Amino acid sequence: MDPNNTYARWDFTVVVTLFLSAVPAFAQTAPPSLSPTNIFAPASTPANTILGLSLFVLAVTGTIFIVVFSLLIYVVVKFRKRVDDDRQEPPQVYGSNQVELAWTVIPVLIVVALFMATARVIGSVQKAAQPNNAIEVIAIGHQYWWEYRYPALHVVTANELHVPVSDPAHPTPTFIKLLSADTDHSFWVPRLNGKTDLIPNHPNSMWIDPHETGLYLGQCAQYCGTQHAKMLLRVYVQSRDEFDRWIQQQSQPPQLSDAASEGKYVFETTACVNCHAVAGTVADGRFGPDLSHLMSRDTIAAGAAPNTAENLRLWIRNPDAIKPGSRMPAMELSDRELDAVTAYLATLR
Amino acid sequence: MSTDSIALPMVDEESRPLVDRLHDWVTTVDHKRLGILYILYALFFLVVGGIEATVMRIQLIRPHNDFVSPQVFNRMFTMHGTTMIFFVVMPVMFGFANYLIPLMIGARDMAFPRLNAFSFWLSAFGGILLYFSLVGANGLYGAGNAPDVGWFAYAPLTAQTFSRGHSTDFWTLALLVSGFGSIGTAINILTSILCLRCPGMKLGKMPLLAWLNLVMAGLVLLAIGPLTAAQIMLCLDRYLGAHFFDTQAGGSAVIWMHFFWIFGHPEVYILVIPAFAFVSEIVPVFSRKAMFGYPIMVAATVAIGFLSMTVWAHHMFTVGMSSNANTFFVLSTMAIGVPTGIKIFNWLATMWGGKIHFQTPMLFCIAFLFQFLIAGLTGIMMSAAPFDWQLGNSYFVVAHFHYVIVGGILCALFGAFYYWFPKMTGRMYNETLGKLQFWLFVLGFHLTFDFMHIPGLLGMPRRIYTYEPGRGWDNWNLIVTVGALVQGVSILIFVGNLLWSRFKGKTAGSDPWDAWTLEWTTSSPPPVYNFATIPTVRSRRPLWDLKHPEDPDWKYE
Repeated sequence: MDPNNTYARWDFTVVVTLFLSAVPAFAQTAPPSLSPTNIFAPASTPANTILGLSLFVLAVTGTIFIVVFSLLIYVVVKFRKRVDDDRQEPPQVYGSNQVELAWTVIPVLIVVALFMATARVIGSVQKAAQPNNAIEVIAIGHQYWWEYRYPALHVVTANELHVPVSDPAHPTPTFIKLLSADTDHSFWVPRLNGKTDLIPNHPNSMWIDPHETGLYLGQCAQYCGTQHAKMLLRVYVQSRDEFDRWIQQQSQPPQLSDAASEGKYVFETTACVNCHAVAGTVADGRFGPDLSHLMSRDTIAAGAAPNTAENLRLWIRNPDAIKPGSRMPAMELSDRELDAVTAYLATLR
Repeated sequence: MSTDSIALPMVDEESRPLVDRLHDWVTTVDHKRLGILYILYALFFLVVGGIEATVMRIQLIRPHNDFVSPQVFNRMFTMHGTTMIFFVVMPVMFGFANYLIPLMIGARDMAFPRLNAFSFWLSAFGGILLYFSLVGANGLYGAGNAPDVGWFAYAPLTAQTFSRGHSTDFWTLALLVSGFGSIGTAINILTSILCLRCPGMKLGKMPLLAWLNLVMAGLVLLAIGPLTAAQIMLCLDRYLGAHFFDTQAGGSAVIWMHFFWIFGHPEVYILVIPAFAFVSEIVPVFSRKAMFGYPIMVAATVAIGFLSMTVWAHHMFTVGMSSNANTFFVLSTMAIGVPTGIKIFNWLATMWGGKIHFQTPMLFCIAFLFQFLIAGLTGIMMSAAPFDWQLGNSYFVVAHFHYVIVGGILCALFGAFYYWFPKMTGRMYNETLGKLQFWLFVLGFHLTFDFMHIPGLLGMPRRIYTYEPGRGWDNWNLIVTVGALVQGVSILIFVGNLLWSRFKGKTAGSDPWDAWTLEWTTSSPPPVYNFATIPTVRSRRPLWDLKHPEDPDWKYE
């Protein structure tokens, strides 16, 4: 099925608008200003399709609520014990087959309608075929950070996913294969798609096709350990040109300058290289994020802090100050070594 | 069953030394005393679990708060969930079942009194074991001192690699031990209901409370098995080099999820069906009408029991099941809404045409109806798998299941406490304090759990010890925390009311509510032997027949 088809504009929209005009109004006016992670502000086909179903379900459940709640209020008010009660017991009624049949059959019909609408959407999102021009990304969850690999483009990066914008007329969706290096995680950027878990030994996949450029936020949605809360997701949706430039830059090894040679020496002769890689050098650790183009990122520590020289230095000196319980150890470097390593990292563009 | 009367010498309780009286409680096999032990034990853990919730709510009152460390926060939500499910709601339901079932079916005790005591002490030991982790789990460096893997403890976070020391082992053993206790109690409830009913009480003439507990006990027997098996496998993984869930050696994290949720979803119904039972007893009495549609209520309960065994993977819509599997679990989950809806309509029909008395037990039942309706509808929303891809594991889910457990189950429980308190103690509770507690609780509940849905819709996942500013979550979290504190005050009033009334309340008499089931025929509190003469019944409401000889129920049933 074409990932670009817009189920949101299906027949149910009419029903929705009739039943519960408040929710669509909320969905259209509130969006990103209310929250950058608002599920009612979709910017991608799967999120949009899900919203269409969600509004239908909200309309149906909202109607049921209004009917039953009104009944409850009516019963409580109408049949309350009066002040002038005659102290007689009310007539005893033991049941009624007709009435009970009615409130069995009507819910069954509602369930059938809800089920059929849901089954259609499950198919359209889960069974979408991958077009030839789709970008392929492998996302690997690690305890408290994200690794991203673009196998066809020979790029490895961390924590900040870059994808091209997808023009609905000529869709260029991104298909993401989800793996885990340790515990369970979940990839959830509400404006782009619902969440899908990253489970070790259990490869999953999902797709997005963002219609507008910009930064989309989210975070890990499956408890994965101490710092689950600061395993933040940042998806940069760029114009095709910008994206191509970014890929071009990321696929080259960083240009190393002699000015940072002391820091490079410290970096390569301490435990840093056990976990981190820098392309074109001896550093090829895989346990932590690839640092080859660290300076091209806005944040460090999976979005926990802005990528500034002070934060970088603090992070190397004492990671617990930014993210207590993260897997990065305090490196016990001297002030001089800290300055040198920070200066070296600042050259990795 | 003999119908001879038993004459026992009256022992003056108060004149015996305190140590002797405490000894009696520890060695008792009397279903009423064991029931009260279960209830007191659950109330104690309710306060403990409530304090844990309060700590979490204070931490989340604003973004980047540092009231507690991430490690402590993670232990808090693990202990809060485990405590509330296994050591509050389950034991309190078993407590009421123990206390009420023999009295309501006209029996002198449960079928296996010694098994009953054994089961209680196993459950009690389980709770103690869980909290002993605070002292006993200080194993290796960095191991922590209480379980921090979440109450459903997804693999492989529970593997030795990620959970060092012994905190996870205490969690495993606590659930294993209390699980055996639950199985013992379930066998006892089933046997008692099937074998000890008084003459004339055919299955179709049992009080609904007995029927619903029968289904609950059946579910316990089916559901605890997979949990126990999974806990044993986890122990084998951690200590004997097995690899059931050890993904680093080819094990499967998803298998744990299946094991856990095929226990976990029936568990929801194990907790909520007894709450339905309370409502089905209280609503008729306070509406002064017979239960509307008794046979279909029974049928709906049995249907819920069966369906609840087929819906477990709706907890797993985001783990990457095939679209066919997702579709199946959407259907089974939505289907369970039908019998649940029937129940709500039957309670409403019972009130219809009645004369509703608004004492505290009934107020809580009305709140139950309102809140359980909303909880059911948010459940329907999440049964639509794609909607769940957005809502799953967010604060919307947290709000949804607290709506079920607090808004539904706990409200029905408060109703049950006030309704049967006069029977258990012989004293009336204070109605003014009861109503005050009701209104405070409803206010606090709605402040907390209505507003908790919103951050979920705005993308806030559960189990995070802190959150970023600028996500639009701050104000909602502030309101939620304020509501939690209001609920805390209300619980204090509740406990205070029970304690004060236990000693100073007005004498209740044997039948303060002008009710219709057998427990109200005996004195309050009932004697050890319950009934001097085993009663004989002809209808579902034996006391109605007695009070209205001109128009008895048995003419119509």
